[in-house]
Amino acid sequence: MKINNETVAYLEKLARIELTDEERVECCSDLQDIVSHMDILSELDTQDAEPLSQSFSAKNVMREDEVKPSLDRDTALKNAPRVKDGFFSVPKTVE
Amino acid sequence: MDILSLSAVETARKIKNRDLSVKEVLDAVFYAIDEKDKKYNCFITLCRDEAYARANIVQAQIDKGEELSALAGVPIAVKDNICTKGIKTTCASKMLKNFVPVYNAHIVDLIEKAGLIVVGKTNMDEFAMGSTTETSAFGVTLNPWDTTRVSGGSSGGAAAAVAARMVHLAIGSDTGGSVRQPSSLCSVTGLKPTYGRVSRRGLIAYASSLDQIGPIGRNAEDCAALMGIIGGYDSGDSTSVESTPLELEKIKRYSLQGKRIGIPKEFFGGGLQEDVKTAVLAAVNELKELGAEVEEFELPQVKYAVPTYYIIACAEASSNLSRYDGIRYGYRSDGAESLFETYVKSRSEAFGIETKRRIMLGNFVLSSGYYDEYYKKALQAKDIIQKAFSDAFKEYDFVFGPVYPTTAPKLNESLSDPLKMYMADIYTVTANIAGLPAVSVPCGFDSNGLPVGMQLVGRPFCESELLGVVYSFEQKNDAHEKTAGGGTV
Amino acid sequence: MNYEVVVGLEVHVELATKTKIFCSCTTEFGGEPNTQVCEVCLGMPGTLPVLNRAVVDFAVRTGLALNCEVACCNKFDRKNYFYPDLPKAYQISQLYLPICHDGFIEIGKSETCKKIRIKEIHMEEDAGKLIHDADEINTLVDYNRCGVPLLEIVSQPDMRSAEEAVEYIEKLRVILQYIGVSDCKMQEGSLRADINLSVRPVGSFELGVRTEMKNMNSFKAIARAIKAESERQIALLEKGEKVIQETRRWDDSEGQSYAMRSKEEAQDYKYFPEPDIPPVVISQEQIDATRAAIPELPDKKIERYTQLGLTDHDAEIIAGSVYLAKLFECTYEVCGNAKEAANWILVDLLKLLHDSAKQPEDMDFNFDSLGKIILMVEKGKINRGTAKKVFEKVFEENINPAEYVEDNNLGLVTDTDTIYATVETVVKDNEKSVNEYKSGKTQALQYLIGQSMKALRGQAPAQTVTEILKDLLN
Repeated sequence: MKINNETVAYLEKLARIELTDEERVECCSDLQDIVSHMDILSELDTQDAEPLSQSFSAKNVMREDEVKPSLDRDTALKNAPRVKDGFFSVPKTVE
Repeated sequence: MDILSLSAVETARKIKNRDLSVKEVLDAVFYAIDEKDKKYNCFITLCRDEAYARANIVQAQIDKGEELSALAGVPIAVKDNICTKGIKTTCASKMLKNFVPVYNAHIVDLIEKAGLIVVGKTNMDEFAMGSTTETSAFGVTLNPWDTTRVSGGSSGGAAAAVAARMVHLAIGSDTGGSVRQPSSLCSVTGLKPTYGRVSRRGLIAYASSLDQIGPIGRNAEDCAALMGIIGGYDSGDSTSVESTPLELEKIKRYSLQGKRIGIPKEFFGGGLQEDVKTAVLAAVNELKELGAEVEEFELPQVKYAVPTYYIIACAEASSNLSRYDGIRYGYRSDGAESLFETYVKSRSEAFGIETKRRIMLGNFVLSSGYYDEYYKKALQAKDIIQKAFSDAFKEYDFVFGPVYPTTAPKLNESLSDPLKMYMADIYTVTANIAGLPAVSVPCGFDSNGLPVGMQLVGRPFCESELLGVVYSFEQKNDAHEKTAGGGTV
Repeated sequence: MNYEVVVGLEVHVELATKTKIFCSCTTEFGGEPNTQVCEVCLGMPGTLPVLNRAVVDFAVRTGLALNCEVACCNKFDRKNYFYPDLPKAYQISQLYLPICHDGFIEIGKSETCKKIRIKEIHMEEDAGKLIHDADEINTLVDYNRCGVPLLEIVSQPDMRSAEEAVEYIEKLRVILQYIGVSDCKMQEGSLRADINLSVRPVGSFELGVRTEMKNMNSFKAIARAIKAESERQIALLEKGEKVIQETRRWDDSEGQSYAMRSKEEAQDYKYFPEPDIPPVVISQEQIDATRAAIPELPDKKIERYTQLGLTDHDAEIIAGSVYLAKLFECTYEVCGNAKEAANWILVDLLKLLHDSAKQPEDMDFNFDSLGKIILMVEKGKINRGTAKKVFEKVFEENINPAEYVEDNNLGLVTDTDTIYATVETVVKDNEKSVNEYKSGKTQALQYLIGQSMKALRGQAPAQTVTEILKDLLN
């Protein structure tokens, strides 16, 4: 797999991250190195292998449907950079 | 009495017997931190007031004769990716520079209930991504054995604080070696428990299916005592599992006689520093002298471990770190005028380059068109690696290897070549991929006097046996007793 | 050319559990902003989801009621995208192994009934609410709804008209209400639908290019949107242009849909298995027990109601609302007269609802009151006129009918001695009319009955009064 500047630009968009031109050049070559190394996985015969997303977890771990107190609003908003009238506030989302 | 020269368990015993007060111990710890941390930079945040307030409570409980735990009254350092209610938890990132959790991680509740006293939050690689502590937004943690070198990572601050005798104990987290590797580079004992043994609730996620909280201490007994406190099922972490509690006495009585240790040939191939190899192989002989049967075997899947690890870890990280958008908590760029800019500028300004790199990589392996080729393939490789270990454990009780290919790298040496840095995780990531418990044990020194660690991997939930081996080994090898700056205590 | 409209619906239903899907915050509607949130549903660092058992139970129940297969092993996945209403920047949903699949709903009358296939049902979490118009430059965010459990019910593209789509969703709604998994209040957003629509020449088997219209929350809007969108697509094809696969926003007041311009070219949700939640395994015993506990559904109810003597039409209207059906069954149980019960509901109740602009779900009176009123009429305790007034009071103020009749002295006078004495007085006082009657003027009798009833304040059985009167006159 070849990683080029366009790939990186696309990934930046997906990740909501913008690299500086310098960072982008560096990132492109680093990702190329790393992904090339990852390509060795293609030689692995995975025909009989399950895609394993969890290690030893149990099944059916659930809780009962019982209400517990929520946070008080000041606590909920405490770490927010901007709040207004009990709401979190963000620049207007335009459609 | 030099309080910091005592082990954690000894300290607790003296507190219990009224030879020491909790405050005296805490004074000593803060004195040591104030003296030494200017030099090493192990801590991001100290919580002196909270610690002294806790100390009073714990002392009162001890005075009433309450049996809190084998570590009651002992100060402890906690890695800064573990949430402490009311105390800043930064993940060593500009993103969370001012973040104050509104709840305690499960293990923080557990250690406080057991009478341990949190003294501060330790430095780390940003969001636990790195193996040198150099990606921290709060500066690197220097290695107490040689301040021109890194302390390892990502739990570098935790390991160095224990190694520099600033605290008796620390809590780290290990996603691909982040407890074991700095423990090895700093000559302390670090345990990564079986996946699920310790609740992750309140551990700020890097890679959810690999992250595990673990103890860092000066010896097997201290680690076992702490492990006994933090382990167990938590209804707030659906991936945590019930396990039998550790028994300290059983660990101390553990015998290696007749136990079988397997050494994957692939662990001793190219790239392993000669001094490290020598020290680790010397340790093998000591294990044999203790009665173990040691045998080499082939584990060819090791080759796939690093790519498998980085694909899974980065994929999960890219998702876990998407919540940092500057809306509910964390850094928000002042320059953002639109919603899109709020996301992009806040994230671009607050994440460091290594974090960005892993987020990008994660987005790549999950994006449509590459999912099957990389992410799904890695999950299948995980299955294969887990089965290979499970087969190995039919033959052997433990799998043995080095922890890291080298002793502590020089400062500014690692980050310039990320692939090389990732490749060096080869010995540690397998245990995370397979979910297995693994311990890093001080076993010797290189020609420069830098510490070398060895690693033992055990069957699922066999932490007790692992620590038993370490305890026996400590009776034969005194590497763990040497302190940074030379000399045996 | 003649075109056929092809519609598939993705219906999102908020479940009526007490708590959210992954945390213990209440799901109650209408709380003050950001007061029903905790570290988990706010996606604070270090938090982990713990699945609500009731959500799984409700999903299984829904699947069985909709004739689905229940997957014995199902898993959660993460759907990743950035939006301020989604705190973790991923929605925990089910892509690869949803809990139910391959079911159907029947719409239409029995002779012309049609199966609409259900592709799958998956569990997921709702997002928060954005308020755009409270502030000029900012959007305000309330996370109270965030984490409320949702079922997404995905149909196959089996509907061919706006009418069929509305019929499908109405049927779905009433089934969900019957099995108690959701109140399906569209005005509160607890039932929303995304419309996938394409058109193709009649006779063609290939599907056309489809568009998607999201978050429709009324039956009327759904019908209008389908009509307008199919016309738009047909017009494009007629002009020789192409339909573009896109998401469109339906503006119900304008009666028009608009293409939503997305800021990034391609939406890539980067789905992957949720590592924080272990698989959900559903046993055959659980499926059997759930199936056994599913209440009677509308089709069966209609059948039973017609057996009780209701017309098909009446049975359909009553069974078409869980609330009317409940009232009907309760009334029938108390009074034993199905036809009377149906009449009262279809005439008097519907009028009261209409006049007060209320929905059946807004009824808040004791459901056994109507049966009691019907019984009182039957036993001659009150007449029908009084009964109507009493029912109105029940509807408005949930009064106790018997007490109300007693307290207001509305009961019929049944004591014949009293009636006799009163009628006797009337006869005495109206000599002129009596004479007229006796001379053959029969209208005079009506007058005397009227006078007698008036004297009895209308609360005596007219028949008894007439009989006594005739007796006295002859």
